[in-house]
Amino acid sequence: MPSTMRDAPTETVTLVYLARLRDAFGAATEDVRLPSGVTTAAELRAWLAQRGGVWSVELAPGRAVRVAINHDMAQADTPVRPGDEVALLPPVTGG
Amino acid sequence: MTVRIQTADFDVARELDALRGRDPKVGAVAAFIGTVRDVNDGSTVAGMTLEHYPGMTEKALAMIVDEARSRWDILDALIVHRVGPLAPADQIVLVGVTSAHRGHAFAACEFIMDYLKTRAPFWKKEMTPEGARWVEARTSDDEAAARWEAATPERGA
Repeated sequence: MPSTMRDAPTETVTLVYLARLRDAFGAATEDVRLPSGVTTAAELRAWLAQRGGVWSVELAPGRAVRVAINHDMAQADTPVRPGDEVALLPPVTGG
Repeated sequence: MTVRIQTADFDVARELDALRGRDPKVGAVAAFIGTVRDVNDGSTVAGMTLEHYPGMTEKALAMIVDEARSRWDILDALIVHRVGPLAPADQIVLVGVTSAHRGHAFAACEFIMDYLKTRAPFWKKEMTPEGARWVEARTSDDEAAARWEAATPERGA
C-alpha cells in the first residue's frame, strides 16, 4: 500500500482499547496526534477523559484503568512518544 | 520455558510429559488447571469468551516465569492459556513447573497463577441469563498476589 496514503507513523500514537473499554468506546484502535503538553501516560489518560461522555466516565480518576506502552505496563509518569502503541486496560480477569 | 496462547483445548498429560521430558534432575512436577464454572457472582454461566492483548500477553507471562525462576530453584515452566469461546467445565489454563524437590515446584506454580490472574492481559466475558457481562476483577486475587510481595523467597525449602 502506498505510504503517502497514510499519516506519517512517527507523528501519531496508536491507542488500543481492550475488553470493556473497547465496548464502551465503540472502537478497538485509534491513531491520534498528541497535543503539546501530553507527554506521559497520566496526561494521555486525562486528555482522553476530557472528551466527555463515556470517556470521562470510564477514565475518571479512581477508575481502575491501567496504561501499557509498547506492551509494557506503564506508570503515571512513563513518557509517551510519537510512534508508541498505548493500550488502555481494564482490570484483568484471566486464569 | 514454554508460553502458549491458543483457542484449542490442551491434553494435560501430553503437556506435562513434554515439560519434564526425560530430565533425570526432575524430582517434582506441580501443575494447576483452571476450568470454567457454571456459576459466578450469583448468576448461572452458559459460557464465556476469553480475550487477550496479543503481543503483551506473551511478554507479561514470560516476565512472570522469569520472576518465578529468580525466586525458586525450578528447572522448567509451562503456561498454556486458551482464548475464544469456552463452555462450563472446559479447561482454561494450565501451569506446570518442574523442580528437584516439591516445595519449589508447588510455590512457583502458585506464584505464577497468582501473578497471571492479576498481571496478564486476559479478560472474560460471561453469558448469563441477564445477558453478556465482563467479569469484574476480584479483591481476593489482588490479595493473593500481594502475599508474594511480602514473602521472602524460600530458597532453602
